[in-house]
Amino acid sequence: MLELRHISYSVEEEGKVIPILQDINLTLDDHFIAFTGPNGGGKSTLARVIAGIIKPNEGQILLDGEDITDLNITQRAKAGISFAFQQPVRFKGITVKTLLDLAAGKPLSLKAACAYLSEVGLCAADYVNREVNDSLSGGELKRIEIATVLARGTKLSLFDEPEAGIDLWSFQNLIQVFERMHQEIQGSILIISHQERILNIADQIVVIAGGRVRQQGSKDEVLPALLQGEASLRPAGACFGKKQ
Amino acid sequence: MSEKKTFEQLHIDPIQQQILAQVAELHEVPEGAYSLRVNGASAAVGSSEHVTIVKKEDKPGIDIYVAPGTKHESIHIPVVLSQTGLKDLVYNDFHIGEGADVVIIAGCGIHNCGVQDSAHDGIHSFFLEKNARVKYVERHYGEGDGRGGVLMNPTTIVELAEGSYMEMDTSQIKGIDSTVRVTRGTLAENATLIIKEKIMTHGEQYAETNFSVELNGAGSSTDVVSRSVARDQSKQKFLACISGNTACHGHSACDAIIMDQASVQAIPELAANDVEASLIHEAAIGKIAGDQLIKLMTLGLSEEEAEAQIINGFLK
Repeated sequence: MLELRHISYSVEEEGKVIPILQDINLTLDDHFIAFTGPNGGGKSTLARVIAGIIKPNEGQILLDGEDITDLNITQRAKAGISFAFQQPVRFKGITVKTLLDLAAGKPLSLKAACAYLSEVGLCAADYVNREVNDSLSGGELKRIEIATVLARGTKLSLFDEPEAGIDLWSFQNLIQVFERMHQEIQGSILIISHQERILNIADQIVVIAGGRVRQQGSKDEVLPALLQGEASLRPAGACFGKKQ
Repeated sequence: MSEKKTFEQLHIDPIQQQILAQVAELHEVPEGAYSLRVNGASAAVGSSEHVTIVKKEDKPGIDIYVAPGTKHESIHIPVVLSQTGLKDLVYNDFHIGEGADVVIIAGCGIHNCGVQDSAHDGIHSFFLEKNARVKYVERHYGEGDGRGGVLMNPTTIVELAEGSYMEMDTSQIKGIDSTVRVTRGTLAENATLIIKEKIMTHGEQYAETNFSVELNGAGSSTDVVSRSVARDQSKQKFLACISGNTACHGHSACDAIIMDQASVQAIPELAANDVEASLIHEAAIGKIAGDQLIKLMTLGLSEEEAEAQIINGFLK
């Protein structure tokens, strides 16, 4: 269970204080949680606060009752938090296999590494020895990023817009990956998404806009209003109302 | 050919053996043709059926003759210096016969625990005949707890005849205080020269590499790729000059990670002297990207572990 208590975060720009997150209070104990809301509303910042990448100005974060507010990124990773970047990082010289080994915290057998890649729809033999560099497409990188989170197998996995920047064909496959994950993964999944099909498999949806929690509830409680298009809540560029 | 000897029989002491393992992955006297040079003198030379190694008469060094058509042979020519204050200069000439395909493993290791500088300056010349192929691997390594410097200034001259191919894989990962590496290549029709260099400097070290490739034959090509990491107060300079004198392809790239107070200079030079010459240079110098560190930390690595992984991968 993840608890966020009075989380606030602001940045200073040209002498002005710009609030990014304002007094966020959330208790997240579902299996599959989706954060949605307009671009610039604070979703990614909040995910980064949870992973320890951004330190909030105020507030407290508890993971299974343990206060992790002062833990750094590494300590939070060890405490059981994984994070899949919206824009996965490239590494010259580091192979997909090495990255999966690092994620798993031990050298994986070729079979195990390939199983994670197959899970995200990559033909494992073609990728395992590839470098995580510019030769990989955006869609390939996204899948590898998700595979690293699967290899970690932690109690909380954060995914920052896994659908961003990938083509429609890859998206169809990606949805299946998350549908499978929803059924199979042991821990909790927290996914930032604008996509109805992802929101549809969520047990809980949290709408974040203007740095605040605007709405929180089961998909049946939240999704209809979103689909009917309460303008202030609807994410820019979202495909609500249309089946992908 | 004589019976294979042991390191002990060749009076190669344990420190020298350890250096041989570092620079040439040699744990025993190698099979095939070899030349072991220790403290400025030849310790042992062995020829094989197709590869003849002859000591030079007029100056220090050896001539290596690879018979035409020789396939799948490795030639080991490591150099070890463990005597402080020694300045070693050696000339090695490689004559690779038509259609031969060999791997040459060179390398120089210096163990200096004295106060005087130890230096090894190797001048290696490669003459590849038509359609010959060479993979040349060279590792440079220095160690020692003395105050004496470890200096290496290798010069490599490569002459590639029609259709020949040479790949040069050089690395200098540790312990060389000062190095100026000069590499000159001249390529005939359809010849290819691939150079992959890896360098890591630390402390107050200085490393300069200076490549110059003349693409003289139609269809010739070269790829000069340098990857380096500069730490502490070390300094590096990369110069690459490619001259395209005919229809040819040339590419050079310098990719460097800079840390602490280090500095890296990349000076590309492309000279296209023919309208059909296609030449490209790329250079990127910068610190380790913050996102790379963060990504590895989210996998549970500490910042130091993440940095080590990034550098290891980069220099792999």
